[in-house]
Amino acid sequence: MLRLSVLKRFEGFKLMAELEAPTPGVVALFGRSGCGKTTLVNIISGLLQPDEGRVELDGVTLTDTRSRIRVPVERRRIGYVFQDSRLFPHLGVLRNLRYGERRAPKEGRAVGLQEVLALLGLEPLLTRRPHQLSGGERQRVALGRALLSQPRLLLLDEPLAALDVARRDEVLPYLETLRDKLSIPMVFVSHQLEEVLRLATHVALMEAGHIIAFGTLGDISLRPEFRAIVGPEVVGAVIDGTVIQVDAERGMADVQLGRGILHISVPHAHAGARMRIQLLARDIILATEPPRGLSVRNALEGVITELTDDVGQAILVKVDIGAGAAVLARVTRNAMEALGLRVGMDLWVLVKAVSPRGHTYPASAQL
Amino acid sequence: MRSHEGKSRVVPPSPSVPAVEGACACTGACVKVISYRRVYARQQAAMPALTSAELDALRLSLEIALRSVVFSLPLAILVAYLLARSRFPGTLALDALVHLPLVLPPVAVGYLLLVSLDSRSAVGRWLLAHLGIELPFSAAGATLATAVMTFPLMVRAIRLALESVDRGLEAAARTLGAGPVDRFFSITLPLMLPGILAGLLTAFAAGLGQFGAVITFASNVPGVTRTLPLALYSAIQEPGGEAMAMRLAVLSITLGILGLVLAELLARRVYRLLGR
Repeated sequence: MLRLSVLKRFEGFKLMAELEAPTPGVVALFGRSGCGKTTLVNIISGLLQPDEGRVELDGVTLTDTRSRIRVPVERRRIGYVFQDSRLFPHLGVLRNLRYGERRAPKEGRAVGLQEVLALLGLEPLLTRRPHQLSGGERQRVALGRALLSQPRLLLLDEPLAALDVARRDEVLPYLETLRDKLSIPMVFVSHQLEEVLRLATHVALMEAGHIIAFGTLGDISLRPEFRAIVGPEVVGAVIDGTVIQVDAERGMADVQLGRGILHISVPHAHAGARMRIQLLARDIILATEPPRGLSVRNALEGVITELTDDVGQAILVKVDIGAGAAVLARVTRNAMEALGLRVGMDLWVLVKAVSPRGHTYPASAQL
Repeated sequence: MRSHEGKSRVVPPSPSVPAVEGACACTGACVKVISYRRVYARQQAAMPALTSAELDALRLSLEIALRSVVFSLPLAILVAYLLARSRFPGTLALDALVHLPLVLPPVAVGYLLLVSLDSRSAVGRWLLAHLGIELPFSAAGATLATAVMTFPLMVRAIRLALESVDRGLEAAARTLGAGPVDRFFSITLPLMLPGILAGLLTAFAAGLGQFGAVITFASNVPGVTRTLPLALYSAIQEPGGEAMAMRLAVLSITLGILGLVLAELLARRVYRLLGR
């Protein structure tokens, strides 16, 4: 468990945050630029001292201003991957990787050099120097270096922000691999929904120096605060489901979501895998009768639990689809009135097979 | 200089050298130029061979300059670190003290050293009694005077290098488990290396040419404290020393150029090592 409750004042800015996050797990600090995400990460690492408060990791107090405890950064064993990688320019890749490893305690090592080299594909880079690496390669080396210091927690401060889209797609799979293969708890800072969708188990929403909501990504995706941050275009429920059946030839898969089954197009899925799907509110169609004669193949049964005003004159409808899962659908006020939508009403949620944004995970992944 | 040369041509033919010297005693430059022109023509063939006195001066210069930079380097790094990184109230005073030799007349620096360290002063007596060191009129004294004079140059170069070290890299080293001393030696110091080398070479080169402070504090003892510039000065002073003065001047220039080339080559190598 990572527990923190801190206060830090700057000129014109105040960070006041409380958080209790399970470990291991991947927590995304998600919010707009300048909301205090990096400050919070620096406080956890110890690079920044809070004015008041405490930080505790797995029962060990790292910072406590009241009892004047302040474990030095170098003894916290918290790995940190910076946005700008910060490889040591006077050392080659191998010596960069070894820097933290040599300074870590000898006993109880979780990862070795060979494992890190394999996980991050670093073997071909070993003899190079940092200035001979591309941005993506640099971040991979920085990741490996942090991992080899045998951290109890890994902090990642927008590790992909300095990379262009192609490089980002090159590094993201490695981060997913780390999450799935090693059980090192991670806290990562992001303002990219894509990264959060692919990596996070939990999300802490931040705004103006406060953590305004914390929970699993599924829960958070339904919250109005989340909608305010991501913007109306990408509002939609994130649901973790299980792949039941795969039609590899057509690139389709059956995914269990709540009580229903969604038949959707996903390129690389295998039966049994966990799958995270985002159903965008603007792509969802609601029907008060079982649909017939439509090209839409997916109809999930559900019940309306909430109706809220959305941007413009639109209405956001929350529909419970069973097993604790819910979807959000955006409809016009006219449509709501014509269909007589109200809380408690049974209906069908229609999803186009090609519209969900999905990511698969191995069955073992702790989502 | 050109006007002097022009004048030397209209000097009445073949006056004896001492006579010229006497006539121009008021301006050293004039003496130098005239003697140089006359003697150079006469002794050009005998130029290359260095006398043992000249070799002594060369050896002493190199030794004293080298010792002075080696001894002052650790202190220069420490002072540069304090000036660049710490915020204790005495920083300004320390900064001023370190830079004093740059703005004082070198003779004044030598005199201050003499007053505070000769055998009549408390420190001088203590050094003599406990360590058997007598600084004035010794090579050690010349080294100290040289070190004091070149110290600000070294500190400035090292401080600049330290200020250009990315603190983010040190923070990264902290998160990887490196404590303060470890961090300094594994990250900060290697990254400062170009500046340290620059400081060393500048101080060494400047050390070769120290005159005022050295002659005042350590005197001009042949084979002990008579370095190249002191030997050059003595040669100019001596009747018939013009050839020697010329050779010593050429030697000094050669040394200077060699130093510059070496510094450039070294800097390039270090930068390549750091990948910049």
